[in-house]
Amino acid sequence: MTETDFRAIFLEELTRVAPDIDSATVGDDDHIQDDLGLDSMDILNLVVALHERLGVNIPEAEYIEIATPGLAALYLARNSVAGA
Amino acid sequence: MHDSNTRAIAPAGESSGSDRLAGNSKDDNWAEARGMIDGLDGALNMAHEALDRHVIAGHGEQVALRWLGKAGGSRDLTYSEMASLAAQFSNVLASHGLGKGDSLFALMGRVPELYACALGTLKAGLVFSPLFSAFGPEPIRTRMEIGSAKVLVTTASIYKRKIAAWRHEIPSLELVLIAGEEAPEGCVALGPALRAASPEFETVRTKPEDPALIHFTSGTTGKPKGAVHVHNAVLYHAFSGRKALGLTPGTIYWCTADPGWVTGTSYGIISPLVNRVTMIVDEAEFDIDRWYGTIQREKVESWYSAPTAIRMMMRAGAKAAKPYDFSSLRFLASVGEPLNPEAVVWSGKVFGQPFHDNWWQTETGGIMIANLPDMEVRPGSMGKPMPGIEAGIVARKDGILSDLGPKEIGELALRPGWPSMMRSYLHEQARYDKCFVDGWYLSGDLAMRDEDGYFWFVGRADDLIKSSGHLIGPFEVESALIEHPAVAEAGVIGVPDETAGEVVKAYVTLNPDFEWSDDLERDIRGHARKKLGPAVAPREILFRNTLPKTRSGKIMRRLLKARELGLPEGDISTLETDET
Repeated sequence: MTETDFRAIFLEELTRVAPDIDSATVGDDDHIQDDLGLDSMDILNLVVALHERLGVNIPEAEYIEIATPGLAALYLARNSVAGA
Repeated sequence: MHDSNTRAIAPAGESSGSDRLAGNSKDDNWAEARGMIDGLDGALNMAHEALDRHVIAGHGEQVALRWLGKAGGSRDLTYSEMASLAAQFSNVLASHGLGKGDSLFALMGRVPELYACALGTLKAGLVFSPLFSAFGPEPIRTRMEIGSAKVLVTTASIYKRKIAAWRHEIPSLELVLIAGEEAPEGCVALGPALRAASPEFETVRTKPEDPALIHFTSGTTGKPKGAVHVHNAVLYHAFSGRKALGLTPGTIYWCTADPGWVTGTSYGIISPLVNRVTMIVDEAEFDIDRWYGTIQREKVESWYSAPTAIRMMMRAGAKAAKPYDFSSLRFLASVGEPLNPEAVVWSGKVFGQPFHDNWWQTETGGIMIANLPDMEVRPGSMGKPMPGIEAGIVARKDGILSDLGPKEIGELALRPGWPSMMRSYLHEQARYDKCFVDGWYLSGDLAMRDEDGYFWFVGRADDLIKSSGHLIGPFEVESALIEHPAVAEAGVIGVPDETAGEVVKAYVTLNPDFEWSDDLERDIRGHARKKLGPAVAPREILFRNTLPKTRSGKIMRRLLKARELGLPEGDISTLETDET
């Protein structure tokens, strides 16, 4: 899988957790809390969903690395089994 | 500085028109609290107690607020600077013809302007009502309507996304102030307005019983309730902060609650400043390394947080905490919902001190039951009643209450009369009166007391949902859901969640021509999030052909919940239509 694939998966899971967000309008640098309005429970749910989908474990201290779709695509590509 | 002046404040028998409220019969209970405030020529104003009196007493150079910006960096504001900023804000309000009794709503993140706004509002005699900035447009609008908002202070981004569309439909609204240098059409930019305003303002001589704060809280049915608190509440803010949180002058204190909720105002603005502490204010949301780093770097001594955050720290484990030095901490407290015993024990190991749980409500205005600093902490218990507070466990029968003994489960009740108790629900006398029976204030929480006098939370006596410390009214959520074209009926309950305590879950039936699908579920959930915001909207929606209802057509949330949890269904004699 490429970084683009991971970005798409991230957006899919993001909009499943927060279906008020239209993925077509999300920019690479949009912050999921500050710009897209996710709260901390949303983020937990997103982390769980990404784990189920990609088998990637995102520890609490690394939540910051999925703070934007751009960062998340890089992070997932680096850390998920399918990306390795 | 606590001398003859204080005698003038709320002397016995004059602090309230109602015997029930100001605690006339127990006035001696509050002599110590009165000794913690100064008063102002026989008047009483929270802002004077929080800022100006410290400057007058020579503490103007002490840092009142250390603000930590989201993007890094910090800004210190001394008591003197805060007092000037608040006065400038008061002058901005006065220049628009606003004054005593007018209500101001604040809706913004944790930025220094918000704190100046709260205190400047009180100083100018207006009533301050904070809203949570993550609310969607509907909860904001409903609350501003109930509170007859005259002023709104917010940011350009929140205004455009959540307010602009209906702003002109709020007839009372005269002024919208926007933080920063520029404002959308029809609004006033706060930055230039503050700079142009004088830093001197004669504090309005509010009386102890004049309204100061309105905090909204959810009801099981009907609209949210606006609990009105008066300037006299500052006695209890001073007293309880000192006793239950260890707030003494110079203490470095961090309250992680957002001022959009009552904790973030009572113990995130008023109580700490009245007690002349140095407050840490973090603009950012929870981030574990940021939080641990803040405690270490700022040498936080007293820390007031909430179970959801504490459980998130627990999930990250002791390893995440290991690199940090927590030796500055001398007192940790938690509020919002019961803190599970494991979290109390865990925090004792990791921070060297356990979190001390305490209990109170929007209506009580301050901490009522607490594990105090000098008490043995019982993990899982909310502690014992504060000095001066009488609490009981009662059962209602035929309009009469009976006191229950140790180990019996009943409703947690308080003897009215402490200074920070709500004085009314705005325009809702009947709902207010219902809270008082037989000389008790009834909290709506079920609890029990053990043989040693410690209180233990059991659950809500009604259908209200406690999620991440926020009280959510199912009716408000159901109302938003049925505005979706596909939804015919909705029943909303809280289901247990190991992090948030409870999360909101909805059951819906559909209108003809609609068919249930994952896409529809997401569409309805998206609609609810847009209307209500993420903190209030359901995290999960299930489809039902019919919902369980009483003969009078009320959805039986209790039954939905019992089934969800696999509990006994209890009395179902009023059930008319069952769930399918």
